[in-house]
Amino acid sequence: MDILITGLFLGGTYALIAMGLNLQYGIARIMNLANGEMIVVGGFSAFWLYSSAQVSPLLTVFLVAPVAFLLNWLIYWIMLRPLVKRAKSRGQLEVDAILATFGLAFVSVGIMLAVFGGDYFSYSYLARPIRLLGDTYALNRATAFLAAVLICAAIYLWLNYSRPGMSIRAIAVSPESARLVGIDVPKLAALTFALGGAVTATGGALISMFFTLDASTGVIFTLKALVIVIMGGVGDVRGTIVAALLLGVLETFVAAVIDPGLTLAAAYLLFIVILLFRPQGLFGRRGT
Amino acid sequence: MIRADGRTLALVALVLAVAACLPLTGSAYWLSLGISIAMYTVLTTSWALFSGPTHYISLATAAFFGVGSYTTGIGIEYLPYWALPPIAGVLGAVMAALVGLATLRLSGVYFVIFTLGLAELVRQVIIWFQNISGQKGIYVLTKITEAQIFWQLLGLAALVYAAGWAIGRSRLGFALRIIGDDEEVARHSGINTARAKVALFMVSGAAAAVVGAVLAPRFVYIEPSTAFTPMLSFQVVIMALLGGTGRLWGPLVGVIPFTFLWEAISASFPNQTTLLLGVSFLVIVYLLPRGFVGLIEGTRRRMRAREAFA
Repeated sequence: MDILITGLFLGGTYALIAMGLNLQYGIARIMNLANGEMIVVGGFSAFWLYSSAQVSPLLTVFLVAPVAFLLNWLIYWIMLRPLVKRAKSRGQLEVDAILATFGLAFVSVGIMLAVFGGDYFSYSYLARPIRLLGDTYALNRATAFLAAVLICAAIYLWLNYSRPGMSIRAIAVSPESARLVGIDVPKLAALTFALGGAVTATGGALISMFFTLDASTGVIFTLKALVIVIMGGVGDVRGTIVAALLLGVLETFVAAVIDPGLTLAAAYLLFIVILLFRPQGLFGRRGT
Repeated sequence: MIRADGRTLALVALVLAVAACLPLTGSAYWLSLGISIAMYTVLTTSWALFSGPTHYISLATAAFFGVGSYTTGIGIEYLPYWALPPIAGVLGAVMAALVGLATLRLSGVYFVIFTLGLAELVRQVIIWFQNISGQKGIYVLTKITEAQIFWQLLGLAALVYAAGWAIGRSRLGFALRIIGDDEEVARHSGINTARAKVALFMVSGAAAAVVGAVLAPRFVYIEPSTAFTPMLSFQVVIMALLGGTGRLWGPLVGVIPFTFLWEAISASFPNQTTLLLGVSFLVIVYLLPRGFVGLIEGTRRRMRAREAFA
């Protein structure tokens, strides 16, 4: 029970991060391997504002999200749009995007290392115990989980019940046909990419409340987010949430029962099983 | 054609012979640089054998390399040294086959993601194993000199070039070029695409594992964080793409300048190597999408065109 709830809390935060990546990959068709670095940037802003001005990370989110939105929008137009234009096929765009975002990831890690050094950073916010169903949990994990649930729900509703949401889902299904029915694909793809970045950075700010980060932890988060996105199905919000919760629980279980050093190995085990048996994702349909 | 091949062969033999004299200069600095270049040449060329025609970016080099180092590290207590590199090669090939069978049936993204975490996965498992058995690192104490390591690497490079040349003119090489152009077409013309890709990935994995096994005596002390350094995978990708993967000799053109640059940067700004990796990736994507080879051949074609008009 203890493991299950801790795992769900962790999984909820993972869901937010993976949702950001899924928006970027599923709709803007950019496999963003600098996703983890956006988490570290978000987490670092929360850390910096909290330790220098005692700003609550829950408020920092409202600053981090618009800044990350703008930053990712610029990244899309300046760096990625030329690649989209030049690509002759989906495969070529994938290779180019992977290399370019790798470059971006390394450059940002390098800059963060140069400016802030390689130290771990963590702060203590809401590190109080709360009691739930007879067990105690850390309040900051529960808070992060609640915030993540709210944001995920908002995105889900927006994608399913609003006009721009519908256009975005149309692009996810078929960019070519979306163009034919009068959807401005490049503009919406850029907006979705930016939105994905903002969601990821928000996840980073939330996760920094209870996770110790340093300049080079980003790649671990990128990997976990990728595993979740593929497990849940590319472009599938519902699948992402289920997959993230699953991964959170599995990781907590492995860390508690076997060894805390094996969390990534656990994620990989799940990944292999998915690749072998359901490569289209949990809810995906075969042969599209 | 045959005459051109003979000339290339003579040229390659000459270059190898000259390179083999490097330890005779007696300079430890040049020898260690020579080992780096020879090592990266083997790693990038074998990487390009697979990733060049298929466009699948493999980030598993560090995993294979680490497995090779550990083969020597563990095996040296029980077996004579000469038996270990071949064993490492077999282990690398088996591992590549398993990874390939799980991921190469699917699209390229799955493969990249899987190989990205592979080194970290193996590392975590080894650390876990060590925690259980209470052992930390492994000492590899041998009488093998730097010069001997260098010669072994040169021999390996010759082997990889020979293999690349042979694959290039075999049915397998032809099949891979078709897969790289259009996988759908390849499948329709009766090529077992998954099997061809896995076969070549095994060659590349085996080569990386052998390099790890050969270099292990140089490290003296092996532990998971040094044997499985993820940087290695990225360095190999950058050097190979910087050189260009369209030609067998392409990666070499990237290896030599990048090794010098890397040495210079890590000697004077050790904390900025990550930044260098990042900038190199961006340069490759935006400025040199076909590598130095593309640049050279483009210039040559333009010069020839100008001559034709004059």
